[in-house]
Amino acid sequence: MDFSFTEEQSMLRDTVASYLADHYSFEQRRDALKTEAGWRPAVWKAFAEELGILGAPFSEELGGLGGGPTDNMVVMEEFGKTLVVEPYLGTVVIGGGFLKHSGHSGAADIIAQIIAGTTTIAFAAAEPQARYSWQDLKTTAKKDGSGWVLNGAKAVVIGAPWASHLIVTARTGGGQRDAQGVSVFIVDKTAKGVTTRDYPTVDGLRASEVTFENVSLPAEALIGSEGAGLPLVEKVIDEAIVATCAEACGVLRRLHEGTLEYTKQRKQFGQPISQFQVLQHRMVDMFIQLEQSISMTYMANIKLTDTDVERAKGVSAAKVQIGKACKFVGQNAIQLHGGMGMTDEMAIGHYFKRATMIEGAFGSTDHHLARYETLSLGKAA
Amino acid sequence: MDLDFSPEDSAFREEARAFIAENYPKALREKQARGEDLGKEDFLSWHRILAAKGWSAPSWPKEFGGTEWTPTQKYIWSEEQARADTIGILPFGVAMLAPVIYTFGTQEQKEKFLPGIRDGKVWWCQGYSEPGAGSDLASLKTKAERITGDDGKEYYLVNGQKTWTTLGQHADWGFFLVRTDPNSKPQAGISFLLIDMKSPGIEVRRITTLEGGHEVNDVFLDNVKVPVENRIFHENQGWTCAKALLAHERSGIAGVARSKRGLERVREIASTELSDTGGPLLQDPFFKRKVAELEIDLTALEFTELRTLAGEQSGKGPGLESSILKIKGTEIQQRLHELALEAVGHYGAPYLRDLGHNANIGPGYADGLAGDYFNGRKTSIYGGSNEIQRNIIAKMVLGL
Repeated sequence: MDFSFTEEQSMLRDTVASYLADHYSFEQRRDALKTEAGWRPAVWKAFAEELGILGAPFSEELGGLGGGPTDNMVVMEEFGKTLVVEPYLGTVVIGGGFLKHSGHSGAADIIAQIIAGTTTIAFAAAEPQARYSWQDLKTTAKKDGSGWVLNGAKAVVIGAPWASHLIVTARTGGGQRDAQGVSVFIVDKTAKGVTTRDYPTVDGLRASEVTFENVSLPAEALIGSEGAGLPLVEKVIDEAIVATCAEACGVLRRLHEGTLEYTKQRKQFGQPISQFQVLQHRMVDMFIQLEQSISMTYMANIKLTDTDVERAKGVSAAKVQIGKACKFVGQNAIQLHGGMGMTDEMAIGHYFKRATMIEGAFGSTDHHLARYETLSLGKAA
Repeated sequence: MDLDFSPEDSAFREEARAFIAENYPKALREKQARGEDLGKEDFLSWHRILAAKGWSAPSWPKEFGGTEWTPTQKYIWSEEQARADTIGILPFGVAMLAPVIYTFGTQEQKEKFLPGIRDGKVWWCQGYSEPGAGSDLASLKTKAERITGDDGKEYYLVNGQKTWTTLGQHADWGFFLVRTDPNSKPQAGISFLLIDMKSPGIEVRRITTLEGGHEVNDVFLDNVKVPVENRIFHENQGWTCAKALLAHERSGIAGVARSKRGLERVREIASTELSDTGGPLLQDPFFKRKVAELEIDLTALEFTELRTLAGEQSGKGPGLESSILKIKGTEIQQRLHELALEAVGHYGAPYLRDLGHNANIGPGYADGLAGDYFNGRKTSIYGGSNEIQRNIIAKMVLGL
């Protein structure tokens, strides 16, 4: 048994951490969020050119660093500690994941652009009526000669304002909630008929409501096999969840550390409030939640290469733990900071907001508990 | 044991309901429905309408313009207001300061200050908290020294900083706890001053809260001259006023009526939103269970409050039950925020404050739910944190 990281992974962590220490202070992040763009393309460029981390999970043949999901985990955990907003998850983990796993003929070219930092991707999967069901699709793609015509609307597409391309799930057959008939497309955001309404999200990201009106897609826009895309979608989303869990571990670590630090220096009734036993026990429970979350993230990462059912169970179990930890650690971090935790000025609230959004990302705690139950019962039957 | 309301109570409920239906400002209702931030005049408009009816000060004695409603009537009134989604009257003047003035103030002070509070003409803010004090209120440092002014009159010269001053940006006057004797024990050297917020030397500075709102402020006092006659009760005995005021702050903090309405709203949202399998979210077994559990907890809180009310009606003052009401009331409010945010799924993420409203992103009822959730974390912190409330119960009730 071995939970240690390779030398390359440790180096990757150090590279990311030291770059962020120099370029990603809380104040720099806050200033960037206030700009119209809401992100820093220069940072993205540095990720590509200076650090080379956009190639972390891709094979060397594709021009990457030869890593995999564990490398995504390493990067995302560091991003969580610093609340990085730039779209690594959408572009590298999700976009790259679809291209890698699909056997798409143009994958190598697009991945090369991802690694170079010139292609950025947002994942347009959710629809207003669908909640967390990835197969509930009103968006349709109809055959048109050799290509396709795309129509529909997608909800809260994270990172879309920054993306050059969208990966879009659409129905090419079957009824609204059928497992069969789901296909995946890569769409140039500048294509005619694509419109976006951009807005900020509470955790400092940017998102869009995206609509497709008779968007013409070439044949090669299809990623994976026609009508049988759901297993691919689930696999990539599971990878994205593990990466998000790793990000959450970084966020939770900062929430916990920040709370320890604050309660040691904050005095009330003549002593540091960290001396009160009720607060000590609370911080111990926060610490336990953090450690359990790290364990579950590692577990789910290992299960990513298991059978589909085992992978899905592992990932959902991890997401349940992470969701509970985000709530418990986040809420208590604010509570133990007292009034100061309620201010925009202190970083702690911003970590809490990101933790809260992670709770609902790619399915709420309840969604994953239900998924886990179904998979467990399915196995028993 | 009897839970029925008397015929008089039922008649009062009808009257209250009809009055709200006929008199609540339409423009205000529309603004609330759009989720817009309310301004000074919005807050005061409903106050003034109630003042004209004679209903703006439910707890006060009749001689100062109060209604002298029974606890049951007050309870009915809060239920009817919640039911109709009205805004509340701001508590600072009517519910918190006024009882201090009519209990401890001089005749002159009563005549000078009570009418403006009752009629919604003067906006009051609270100057209790200080940086570094928090729930340890008695450790406050803002000092007031006696001086004789150029006009030969006696003044306090006030220096220090207050914080978390809710809606202080609108305030005409503020009530402040200041240290007039630095050498005595923490609680013993404090005085209770009323300060005109337009006095030279006062600066109110915005604190932006984590959800992006402007509700609280820092107040800086730099050589502020306050006439001695603006002190309520004796010098160095302001703690007596402070404690009385805090008891009033905590009563009504349970917010049962508002939470009942909040639960209804969660049900409305969850019957519109769809679950992963396509049916109403309210039928989802996980969500349904959480709503049911919350409703049961709210019922327990409601009956604890009713028991407290019954006790009050038979002459027992609001006692230590207020700590139970504060803890459970705020926890329930926070869980309601959680459930509402959870119910809207992806549409909890858009942050509309910067965009202006009517942005039409997602369903209208999702607007501001994340803001409510984040802002609502304050309720277990303010008014004596819930940890402090538990200490109070441990010490005062359980004798630990």
